[in-house]
Amino acid sequence: MTGTAAPIIDIRDLTVTFIGGRKPVHAVNGVTLAIQPAEVLALLGESGSGKSVTLRSLLGLHPPGRTSIGGSIQVAGKDVMALSGRALADFRGKTVSMIFQEPLLALDPVYTVGAQIAETIQRHEAVSRVKARARALALLQKVRIPSPERRLDAFPHEMSGGMRQRAMIALALACNPQILLADEPTTALDATVQIQILLLLRELQRELGLTVILVTHDIGVAVEVADRVAVMYAGRIVETGPVREIIRNPRHPYTQGLLASRAHGAMTGSRLDAIPGSPPDLADLPPGCSFAPRCKHAKATCVETAPEIRSVTADHWMRCMLDAEAAE
Amino acid sequence: MAVGALDNKNVIAPIQVSDGYWKGVLRRLMRDPVTMGALIVILLLVLMAIFAPYLAPADPFKSSMLRRLRPIGTPGFPLGADELGRDMLSRLIFGARLSLFMGVTPVLMAFVIGSGLGIFAGYVGGALNTAIMRTIDVFYAFPSVLLAVALSGALGAGIFNALVSLTIVFIPPITRVAESVTTQVRNRDYVEAARASGASGLTIVRVHVLGNVLSPIFVYATSLVSVSMILASGLSFLGLGVRPPEPEWGLMLNTLRTAIYVNPLVAALPGVMIFITSISFNMFSDGLRSAMDVRA
Repeated sequence: MTGTAAPIIDIRDLTVTFIGGRKPVHAVNGVTLAIQPAEVLALLGESGSGKSVTLRSLLGLHPPGRTSIGGSIQVAGKDVMALSGRALADFRGKTVSMIFQEPLLALDPVYTVGAQIAETIQRHEAVSRVKARARALALLQKVRIPSPERRLDAFPHEMSGGMRQRAMIALALACNPQILLADEPTTALDATVQIQILLLLRELQRELGLTVILVTHDIGVAVEVADRVAVMYAGRIVETGPVREIIRNPRHPYTQGLLASRAHGAMTGSRLDAIPGSPPDLADLPPGCSFAPRCKHAKATCVETAPEIRSVTADHWMRCMLDAEAAE
Repeated sequence: MAVGALDNKNVIAPIQVSDGYWKGVLRRLMRDPVTMGALIVILLLVLMAIFAPYLAPADPFKSSMLRRLRPIGTPGFPLGADELGRDMLSRLIFGARLSLFMGVTPVLMAFVIGSGLGIFAGYVGGALNTAIMRTIDVFYAFPSVLLAVALSGALGAGIFNALVSLTIVFIPPITRVAESVTTQVRNRDYVEAARASGASGLTIVRVHVLGNVLSPIFVYATSLVSVSMILASGLSFLGLGVRPPEPEWGLMLNTLRTAIYVNPLVAALPGVMIFITSISFNMFSDGLRSAMDVRA
């Protein structure tokens, strides 16, 4: 799509279906994404749109017995789906690592922060306990935790939410990964802390040349850190393009709806625009465009056939049959 | 604080420095007088059992037909004498050895076996979990007293057989607790986070599952010690555990029951010891539970 350099992450036609329930749930339905090295991509969408599932597939975290995965995922030259056992464990944390939404739940409550970081380092590299601890300290300094020497021996529940998320980031960066996956890293935090964490992420990304995929449902977060946005709906990417382009010139009716529903810039006292209806049942997807039942521009063809992806400009793509120009 | 002090760069915000998990548990235990009291009673009982030969004023096996069922306070028999004229105080002191042993050993063995089984079942999940847990449930269906009696009856009397049957009785409840805690922990975010950072299945079990699971199972096991003591006493009472003339509180209760109308206070003494010991273990386990709760 963009540029000529080889993408570091190349997802082709990814489908993830959860089986084992009464009906198979189609969480991801053909996601194709290419991400350049040192690019920051925001995956935007509401709950259940498949953004976290896509992210977890990159680490091969879905239990094989209960999920069926199709398509291909290439990360840093490796075929993730072909990895297993030792090779997969080496890949996780070392090439790609992840930060989670709620750091209090994602940090083990019975170990100190320092011990957890040191443990991850020792898992991937043959270093002594003392050296691993020294590196853990350096990491805590890097994420700018106040008095890092003392925080090394603190338990997660003794820290504030923002500090815990900083510790989580330090843990994720422990083995110098090339790619950082962030699953709603600021959702559980206060508004004032959110911006600090986002600035930190942006800064670390620039400094270390990280490739970042940020999952969020908050357009504000995406604008703050991302270079490019991919909007997901019902397990498909419906629109992708550079942040500016998406904000200024959204073409897909769903993206337009998302932008219109923001509180930002709305008149005091006026009602916020909401998208009517609710997302489709992933166990029972409509044959046509999955957004058609909620779309105010939907035509008969929308309900019958699924739209193909098509380009708006060179790096702005979307999945809608209607000419967005005419739709407005 | 003076306003000017805020500009001072040397002012460092006080930070609560944690001193390790076990130190924290100990500190919270120390602050709880009831638990500390129970712990002291348990320690005294253990010391009494260890130093029984030095503490007992008389030989616990020496009987005397002339001194049968002396009341409490008889000179030479501070707590009276039993139905064979043996010194009650000495027998109660020596009895602590077997009674405590029978209370703690089966629980310890069941703790090792049950938590191993439960953690395995909980972590593996699926059909294997169902197979293990349903088998366990079969044992669970029997009342524990009935199961203990039936097993010892089938194995025959004796201390070793009583230990084995009590261990079997305690494996199901411990396995169940271990399994349910492990199932909870397995689905926690930090286990997925560990997997996402490249931990192998073994590391996850060893570090994250064991670390979070062992203390709740341990707390539960301590609460079983009193049950085990009472069951062991019951087995001895029925003649299935310790055999006379060995002093053991349950057995003493049994042999003295014929004297309950003659000298009820003396006959009740072994029961008092069982009561004190089991209530101490129960209160200690309660205190331990709250002290070990990190997020309290």
